[in-house]
Amino acid sequence: MEAKQYIGEGWKHAILIIGAIVVMLPFYMMVSMSLKSQQEIQSISGGLIGAQETQTFPVCVKTGYSEETCTMKPYQYNYWFAFEKAPIPRYLMNGVIVTLSIFIIQVLVALPCAYALAKLRFYGREFVFSMVLFCLLIPVHGIALPLYVMLAQAGLVDTYSALILPWTISVFGIFLMRQFFMTVPDELIDAARMDGMGEYAIVWKVMLPTAIPALLAFAIFSVVAHWNDYFWPRMVITGNRDLFTPPLGIREFRGGIDSDEFGPMMASIVTVTVPLIVAFIIAQKRFIEGITLTGMK
Amino acid sequence: MGTISLKNISKSFGSTQVLNNLNVDINDGEFLTLVGPSGCGKSTLLRIIAGLEQQTSGDVLIDNKNVNRVRASERDLAMVFQSYALYPHLTVRRNLETPLRLRDYNAFERLPLIGNFSPSKKDKTESINQLVNKTSETLKISELLDRKPGQLSGGQRQRVALGRAMVREPVAFLMDEPLSNLDAALRVHMRSELSELHNSLKTTFVYVTHDQAEALTMSSRMAVMIDGNLLQLDTPQEVYDNPSSLSVAQFVGSPKINIFKGTADSSGTVGFLNVNLKRKSSESNTDLHIGIRPEHLEITNESNENTFSGTVAYRENLGSDIFFHVNIEDGSNKIIVRGLPQFTHQISNGSNVNIKRVSDKALLFNQAGMRVQFTNA
Repeated sequence: MEAKQYIGEGWKHAILIIGAIVVMLPFYMMVSMSLKSQQEIQSISGGLIGAQETQTFPVCVKTGYSEETCTMKPYQYNYWFAFEKAPIPRYLMNGVIVTLSIFIIQVLVALPCAYALAKLRFYGREFVFSMVLFCLLIPVHGIALPLYVMLAQAGLVDTYSALILPWTISVFGIFLMRQFFMTVPDELIDAARMDGMGEYAIVWKVMLPTAIPALLAFAIFSVVAHWNDYFWPRMVITGNRDLFTPPLGIREFRGGIDSDEFGPMMASIVTVTVPLIVAFIIAQKRFIEGITLTGMK
Repeated sequence: MGTISLKNISKSFGSTQVLNNLNVDINDGEFLTLVGPSGCGKSTLLRIIAGLEQQTSGDVLIDNKNVNRVRASERDLAMVFQSYALYPHLTVRRNLETPLRLRDYNAFERLPLIGNFSPSKKDKTESINQLVNKTSETLKISELLDRKPGQLSGGQRQRVALGRAMVREPVAFLMDEPLSNLDAALRVHMRSELSELHNSLKTTFVYVTHDQAEALTMSSRMAVMIDGNLLQLDTPQEVYDNPSSLSVAQFVGSPKINIFKGTADSSGTVGFLNVNLKRKSSESNTDLHIGIRPEHLEITNESNENTFSGTVAYRENLGSDIFFHVNIEDGSNKIIVRGLPQFTHQISNGSNVNIKRVSDKALLFNQAGMRVQFTNA
């Protein structure tokens, strides 16, 4: 390679690295603050992990624990106190139940829908598809109030159903899978029909396995959106703390009598974020592998 | 048994008529080829037989039973597709098993995990395995059984697709241009393999192709279709020697048949260029097309009333034959003449040659493109 090319590549990488730093910085702050003591956080000192001096934490003592229990290193305290103060495992479990239920039902609805829109010929298909596109334009917040009223009328406020039901039909999922199914050769479907499969069997045994990469992309969108959603759970979960999803749980650390203690708060945020990041890394690997349709042509 | 009858089949997509009132009777154990240029409706016809497409009118009979209302999966036909259409996520073994599992297992046995508790499943699995092994040995794909379609070459995929069709022992095989994705050498080789397979299975084959060479080499009968019409249905030799119309004559045979413009006078004597044919046409006082195949023309040193001359524009050397593309002197025609290399190798582009025809081989067609017979006199 010529020296000029090195310089050109260098510029590209320099710009990309700056971009990466900008994106990563809040995460760095989050991890760093979850490890440091309150004084270090407020005086912005101590670098990444702080001095980690063993000390007694006043908020802990005020909450009613003995001084002996409250004496430990900051990183231990932050994570221990986060789990003591709020039932974080319960929130995480709620998050898993809600996001997985939403995703599974979305797939159960979207795949047959997308298959019909992409591969079956029926009267009004174009109209139905244009309605799908139309629904993509409706912002969630615009219909939140009517949805809430309907759920309230049905007596479902403060239940898992309220968290799950409104999201079970994903027009985005239908649209995405339909676009992918359009690329699946018709001959594959005809072959399955000749082999004796019914239309539902084709959806689950032929279309689903070939659509894994698209489905993973959709899974990431869906799971991230609903795991991080604060707006909707805040509306329909009015009192029952047992139904709090992780974002609602984090709110527990804001304000109140204890003043704002950032260490345990950031520790809880790390705990809530890590499962997503891990899931994404695992999915990303599958993303690249994918089951390609190269066997077809 | 595997007889298929098509009665008055028509098909239109919207206002476009794709198939025009077709009648075909396919005998048991026959290798019938549907051949025609692309867009002639041959694939649509095959899909109608398969039940993947519904005809606009007419009846499909399989073993004398009307199957108009029978779904594709219940017609007991197997189909091989141009792109092979193997399940990309399943191994070759599972690809071969799929049609058998769907046929043999009941709904409960097909369920994952709990399906294994069915008492009869074990025997069925055993017989499926045997059938898969038997088929893969016949097609010599036993060592490929654990691979996925993406890891196979084109020829291997082709065999697997054949295997998937064969395992079920259907009443008839439907093949939609199965060789067109293979390279030229493999295609020629697979032709003979398919013929052998047909001979050993003795099942009805319905084979769609746009390649007239495949139709001529493999079929017991071929049906020539052009623009949604069935023009001729006969043995390959008969179609080649005795085409019913100008379109069939032009479609079948490579290189293409030479067409000369000529006339029949009041006595029925046919003349073109400076040549008169010995036999007399049954239609007189009319313009005619005279078709002569390249192998029925010879390059000669003679020059008399039975020869005509032209300039060689291009010489196509195939080794065993040399085809000369010749511009006829009056400028009206460009024709193709076959020459044997041992006699004609010294003829180069631009040379003047005399051409004579082999007698009794010319074909006559009228202005509408229909065949005109010679009188026997």
